[in-house]
Amino acid sequence: MSKEEKKVNRRDFLFTATYTVGAVGLGAVIWPMIDQMNPDKAQKALATTEVDISQIEPGNSITVLWRGKPVFLKRRTPDEIAEARAVNMDDLPDPQRDEERVKEGKDEWLVMLGVCTHLGCVPLKDKGDYNGWFCPCHGSHYDVSGRIRKGPAPTNMEIPKFEFVDNNTIKIG
Amino acid sequence: MSDHEYQPKSKVGKWFNDRLPLLTLGAHLTDYPTPKNLNYWWTFGGILTFCLITQIITGIVLAMHYVAHADLAFGSVEHIMRNVNYGWLIRYIHSNGASMFFLAVYIHIFRSLFYGSYKSPREIIWILGLLIYLLMMAAAFLGYVLPWGQMSFWGATVITNLFSAIPLVGESITTWLWGAYSVDNPTLNRFFSLHYLFPFLILGLVVLHIWALHIPGNNNPVGIDIKKPSKDTVPFHPYITIKDAFALLMFMIIFAGFVFFSPNVLGHSDNYIPANPMVTPAHIVPEWYLLPFYAILRSVPDKLGGVILMFSAIFILFVLPWLDTSKVRSAVFRPIYRQFFWILVIDVLMLGYVGAMPAEGIYLVLARVGTVYYFLHFIVVLPVVGLLEKTDPVPMSISEPVMTGGAETSLARKINEKI
Repeated sequence: MSKEEKKVNRRDFLFTATYTVGAVGLGAVIWPMIDQMNPDKAQKALATTEVDISQIEPGNSITVLWRGKPVFLKRRTPDEIAEARAVNMDDLPDPQRDEERVKEGKDEWLVMLGVCTHLGCVPLKDKGDYNGWFCPCHGSHYDVSGRIRKGPAPTNMEIPKFEFVDNNTIKIG
Repeated sequence: MSDHEYQPKSKVGKWFNDRLPLLTLGAHLTDYPTPKNLNYWWTFGGILTFCLITQIITGIVLAMHYVAHADLAFGSVEHIMRNVNYGWLIRYIHSNGASMFFLAVYIHIFRSLFYGSYKSPREIIWILGLLIYLLMMAAAFLGYVLPWGQMSFWGATVITNLFSAIPLVGESITTWLWGAYSVDNPTLNRFFSLHYLFPFLILGLVVLHIWALHIPGNNNPVGIDIKKPSKDTVPFHPYITIKDAFALLMFMIIFAGFVFFSPNVLGHSDNYIPANPMVTPAHIVPEWYLLPFYAILRSVPDKLGGVILMFSAIFILFVLPWLDTSKVRSAVFRPIYRQFFWILVIDVLMLGYVGAMPAEGIYLVLARVGTVYYFLHFIVVLPVVGLLEKTDPVPMSISEPVMTGGAETSLARKINEKI
């Protein structure tokens, strides 16, 4: 190649400019094609659920559907709370104190996504080796605070965003 | 190739063929020189083509009656079963057809493993075949979700959650796959769309698979390169077509046996319960053809590790042509590899069995042993055996053992020493 050819000439500039504009244009077309698969406005509109909890006796729990997923609302007995708080942090694969999993002053109410953090099955209540939940799909054991104790699940069952609207109503989401 | 000089006899044929050489293609496919010693294990290519076309035709018909909506899907499938004329037949052919498709593809894959069909110069055929197999698994999974029964719903939940194991972006990817915050109506809708698409992608890959096959020609039970055409080959039609047709008839008898006498034996009764996002069935299992991989997934007590190992079990097959160091293709002449081949077959069957059992006690132990062996076979056994094994004498040609009364002729020995 001669020296003149190595110089940036008009044609090189046009090539680069064309590729650049082409890439931006392609990206602008591809992104809507990808993003259309994300949750739509109707799905996002279902973001909150209000639950009446006045009928739940201590020791009992209910399951409600929030964003297509089950949410466990458990009213725990003092014994269960004590049991959850007596656990040594070193025994937990995903260490988290029970106090961090409930609202302060509402210690008896455990509100969590009833979704196994392994592959998304719904764990069964009052089963497993730790007096909590047991996932039948791949054998994860959760304790009375919904924390993973044994099995393939990597983390504790998730606590969704929720608040007490009044003493008898919880708003999830 | 012999058909280069092909000329259509009629004037119209010649006129057309000059513009689009479809008749030349037809002549090539008819005359295609095929090794004359192909056994019945080689008939599964044709059987698989039949399976694909059966699935496409029955699938298009089912789509005329099916409704892809979370509230209506389950009912529409029952509507097909009870109200649509012959709907039960078409759906049972389609659902059992998936199983028959996998039965045939597993035989086809193990045929390739035994006779070394994946080796040079056929690596691209092998890789295209694996891509077809991957798409088949995806299509089967998507299709299994469509009836929107309990197994559909929870199978979809578990499989899509595999992606949540990916660090950092996993959660966003699963939400993106779902189009919701759980498996829901948007998920069903897109699964239907993709389930309709994939068979046609498979069809395209099948064309490439056969194209790539027709470059070197078929491997054969002796596994040697042959001259084409020669006394070692026969034209594809009528010699191979008639053999394929006979095997296909036998296959269809088994197929019909399932469809008419035990159409649900390969399915799971829980899928006749409508999907319920509040309750997971006590014992969820995938369809039988995915069980070995499911066993590998469950054998690892770590979420990400299990997912990585499961996908590795499939992707390791892509480098198989370069892991096998033996110059001899066919296991007929490989006394050591032959034994390991059968151990692998037993290992995969065992993984399939424990994949259907609960992941605890002895089953978990067996799953772990089976998983370790599966990878050992490809990573250690194949390269090492290929280097150390003393292979049996390979004949010069397909005809030679027939003409001289046995593979072990002095001539063959000489050739073998060179190898």
